[in-house]
Amino acid sequence: MTDLIWIVPLLPFIGFLINGIGRNILGKPLIGIIGSGVVFVSFLLSCCLFSHVYDARQAGGDGAFTVPIFEWISAGKLSVGLSFMLDPLSSIMLLIVTGIGFLIHVYSIGYMSHDPGFGKFFSYLNLFIFFMLLLVLGSNYIVMFIGWEGVGLCSYLLIGFWYKNEAYAGAAKKAFVMNRIGDLGFLIAVFLIFTTFGSFEFSSIFPQAAGRVSGDGTLLLITLLLFVAATGKSAQIPLFTWLPDAMAGPTPVSALIHAATMVTAGIYMIARSNILFTLAPVTLQIVAGIGIATALLAAAIALTQNDIKKVLAYSTVSQLGYMFLGLGVGAFTGAFFHVLTHAFFKALLFLGAGSVIHAMSDEQDMRSMGGLKKKLPITYITMLIGTIAISGIPPLSGFFSKDEILAHAFVQNKVLWVLGFIGALFTAFYMFRMLFLTFFGEFRGSKEQAHHLHESPGSMTFPLIVLAILAAFGGLLNIPAALGGGEWLAHYLEPVFAASTAKTGEFHLEHGTEYALMAASGIAAIIMAIWAYGTYVSKKTVPVADGAERSLLSRLSYHKFYIDEIYDALIVRPLNKLSVFLYKVIDRAGIDGLVNGLGRTAEESGKGIRLLQSGNVGFYIFMMVVGVIALLVYGLIKI
Amino acid sequence: MDNLFILIFIPVVGALVLALTGKSASAKTLALLFPLLSLAYSLSFLFHFVPDASMQFEQQVPWISSLGIQFHVGIDGISLPLVLLTNVLVPLIILASYGRKYKGDFYALVLFMQAGLLLVFTALDAFVFYVGWEAALIPIYFICALWGGENRIRVTIKFFIYTFFGSLLMLIAIIYLHLQVPGHSYELRSFYQLALDAPTQGWIFWAFFIAFAIKIPIFPFHTWQPDTYTEAPSAGTMLLAGIMLKMGLYGLIRWLIPIAPLGVAAYGQLAIILAVIGLVYASIIAFKQQHIKRVVAYSSIAHVGLMAAGIFAWNVQGLQGAVIQMVNHGISVVGLFFVLDIIAQRLGTHDIKLTGGLAKPAPKLAAVFLIIVMGAIGLPLTNGFVGEFLLLVGIYNYGLWYAVFAGLTLILGAVYMLRLYQKTMLGETPEQNARFKDIAGTEVLVLGIIVLLVVGIGVYPKPLLHLSEAAVSQLINQVSLK
Repeated sequence: MTDLIWIVPLLPFIGFLINGIGRNILGKPLIGIIGSGVVFVSFLLSCCLFSHVYDARQAGGDGAFTVPIFEWISAGKLSVGLSFMLDPLSSIMLLIVTGIGFLIHVYSIGYMSHDPGFGKFFSYLNLFIFFMLLLVLGSNYIVMFIGWEGVGLCSYLLIGFWYKNEAYAGAAKKAFVMNRIGDLGFLIAVFLIFTTFGSFEFSSIFPQAAGRVSGDGTLLLITLLLFVAATGKSAQIPLFTWLPDAMAGPTPVSALIHAATMVTAGIYMIARSNILFTLAPVTLQIVAGIGIATALLAAAIALTQNDIKKVLAYSTVSQLGYMFLGLGVGAFTGAFFHVLTHAFFKALLFLGAGSVIHAMSDEQDMRSMGGLKKKLPITYITMLIGTIAISGIPPLSGFFSKDEILAHAFVQNKVLWVLGFIGALFTAFYMFRMLFLTFFGEFRGSKEQAHHLHESPGSMTFPLIVLAILAAFGGLLNIPAALGGGEWLAHYLEPVFAASTAKTGEFHLEHGTEYALMAASGIAAIIMAIWAYGTYVSKKTVPVADGAERSLLSRLSYHKFYIDEIYDALIVRPLNKLSVFLYKVIDRAGIDGLVNGLGRTAEESGKGIRLLQSGNVGFYIFMMVVGVIALLVYGLIKI
Repeated sequence: MDNLFILIFIPVVGALVLALTGKSASAKTLALLFPLLSLAYSLSFLFHFVPDASMQFEQQVPWISSLGIQFHVGIDGISLPLVLLTNVLVPLIILASYGRKYKGDFYALVLFMQAGLLLVFTALDAFVFYVGWEAALIPIYFICALWGGENRIRVTIKFFIYTFFGSLLMLIAIIYLHLQVPGHSYELRSFYQLALDAPTQGWIFWAFFIAFAIKIPIFPFHTWQPDTYTEAPSAGTMLLAGIMLKMGLYGLIRWLIPIAPLGVAAYGQLAIILAVIGLVYASIIAFKQQHIKRVVAYSSIAHVGLMAAGIFAWNVQGLQGAVIQMVNHGISVVGLFFVLDIIAQRLGTHDIKLTGGLAKPAPKLAAVFLIIVMGAIGLPLTNGFVGEFLLLVGIYNYGLWYAVFAGLTLILGAVYMLRLYQKTMLGETPEQNARFKDIAGTEVLVLGIIVLLVVGIGVYPKPLLHLSEAAVSQLINQVSLK
């Protein structure tokens, strides 16, 4: 069974080839069927693989299977195999990638139906799934890196999908370059791992690492570098600014790549390498610190954004921050649980936003929306579920996963919990603000837009409904013991985190405290939702126009704390100036000037003995040719 | 049957035939026929090659016996990839120039150069090496001087004098070594056995290093390169960047380091530092270039800097990486310059500001260009990654910080290459570019082959790595710099 694992990534790759080559020949329906079909078959296979691992776990095994495919690179002692690993962690990621991937492919059939680049879009999506599966399935850091960079390429292609818009093409480039900064960290980390452990394979590295002492200097460096890589891919401070710009891509892309799957790769990678991080407590503190800082910063920005996709983008950055907070406080299962629930509700919210944008004739500004719930009932209901889920209101999925992270944070450091709690308040507020501005009150758009308003076709509402169900009930996967749950996910993933748990000991929190924490965050989220209702529904507040006067805090939030402007002034423009300076002053005038000067001096001094020479390089060369040919002829005659 | 002399002389015969038939209409066909013959014949070498560390297909005849000069050539795992590269790229470059009105004389020069290159990559006698070195230089001089752009004369004279100056230094070193060998031979192997003292190896190092550093080029000996690449006709640029600069890199591996290990021990670190400085320096300069060929010219300085650093790191990974990356860079850079040539030909300009939006009228060109760009910036599953990865491992083994700075190529390369791609292909299509014709015919053929190589080597590099593995390991064991 596991021997056939390579078919799972191969199918989307075949889909990529067929749709890529046949994009102008095959009709749209066929392209849509092929594109979604290959992912669906991959999903079915993933289900089989999952049940295989599940059975192994039930039987008491660790459920890990390694499947080598072929040796890829070898040089001296260095050998890299293209090889896959199926284990509890990757089996769940497989389901997320192919399952949600399939739903988003189906959604795209409707969403992209009027786009002339339909075939190209599906081929890129298929290619993305292929690389994402490599990332997830790799049994070593190099195969993971192939996927890691490959999804970056697809992200580049899909952000810049509407490449005629110069700004979109620029956003694509920005995403790629910022990711590459992280990727350099990844590569150096991998070199360090190889020289330390003599292998790239997880199965060889982690047991060796477990034998090291906590606070080991090499592990500190390795984990810091890996974390740099994660900040790029998973949009954390300081490399997060590409993700909001990435909203230039079509909305299904935002849902699939920039919410549910690719951006969680950093969390996946750290969860995978958990033992390395557990033994590097300093790195874990940094991870937690960066995570909570990103969560708060992004949430603060989301409070004032008016573009529906921008709100969701900053929300994603913020939620990713929570996942890093979870990793940082050692809640590996909790962080991964949040990856899972976030994939459900954020994909749902993005697709819902896409449905709204589709209905609004490509309008994204919430100030022009309002009152859409009557015209778009399915979109409204499903997005309401998504909003409740992300806000952490029980009993929907987000409540459980966020609670698990915050409970760990509470045990580790009360300050982290307080900050996380504040972030949760922000989250509930901006999400309900978005929901109310979009679906409640009066319609504020143009007559033309009002005329076109319609609920989306079945291909788009079907994925919404499925995701809404998942977002609502996803929490059941890991109901905490305090609520009488079985913590299924934690048990299933146990072998993945076993080495770390052995070092840190079991997590323990009094049930009474846990109830109090849950109640606090749940009630607070509801209060924020009511506050948002009061502001945007009862008082009918509409966000002010772009140019209007704002208070200092509001201005900072609205302008994203001017971080892009700061990067531009500190890094981009100085580098461009340096480029011109190096070229004109150092290279042309300096080095080349010196070379020319030397040449001229030689020429001047040679004037005296010039009488025998014509000064014609062509002539010299001609003489040389004669010489060389003479030599050759001489040699040939001798032979 | 696998006679290396014949392999080297096929292009010479071709060059003579083309020079004689001159302006006849069949020149183009003939110009392709001979390189294809060379390619087919070199495949026979590939099939009969035993991937061990030995020197194979050796041919040796006395040439100028009174001076101890032997016409001695042979192929091992390090030279074979370069011989194949030469014989694959020459027909591609000729096909790529089919859109121009070149006559027999042009193609004769190309083939003559091919012979010179093959001589350099197979020479086991220093005199033969030197003859090949110069024999490759002369035709490219004429190609650039006769068919180049506006400033061709000024630029090519500088190029010629600069590289010739380097060659002379090397010649002095070669003659000196020759005189040191008991019995006065030019044999490579006898050079290897010379146990010269450290100061002597020191100046031998510099004599060879400057010659090779100019050719490669390594910072700060590079200033002839952007001008020459820009002014040369496209085929000339491809020959220079695709194959000729590998002469210098190959020279480091085959001649400089094994002959002067004590010199390398003393100055190798400086060489790596120069190579890495050049990498970062050229990458940053490439950011803002307005001439599309200049972007790739500077990118090439960055890429060869990485290869030179990997070679001087002198370990298996670095050297394996350098060998495979020489091949990869040749393939990618020919593809890049061909794409730029297509753009410049049709638009009549090299100005990056006047290009743009070409993906709309030319989707096929945009697709192949993207794949080649990804190869150039080393995306996994393209050829560039395999080489870059091994080179960086090699440099890392030499020193962490060297790898960090050399690794900046990952980021900087993405910046300038994606800028080039964005400025030429993406954005709104200006009116004057709307009728841009997509690639067709031989253009599709050439770029199709290049794309296949880019992806093929990227997905399954093992056979190519396998060719050089044993030879590289043996060389590293044999020549210790510690």
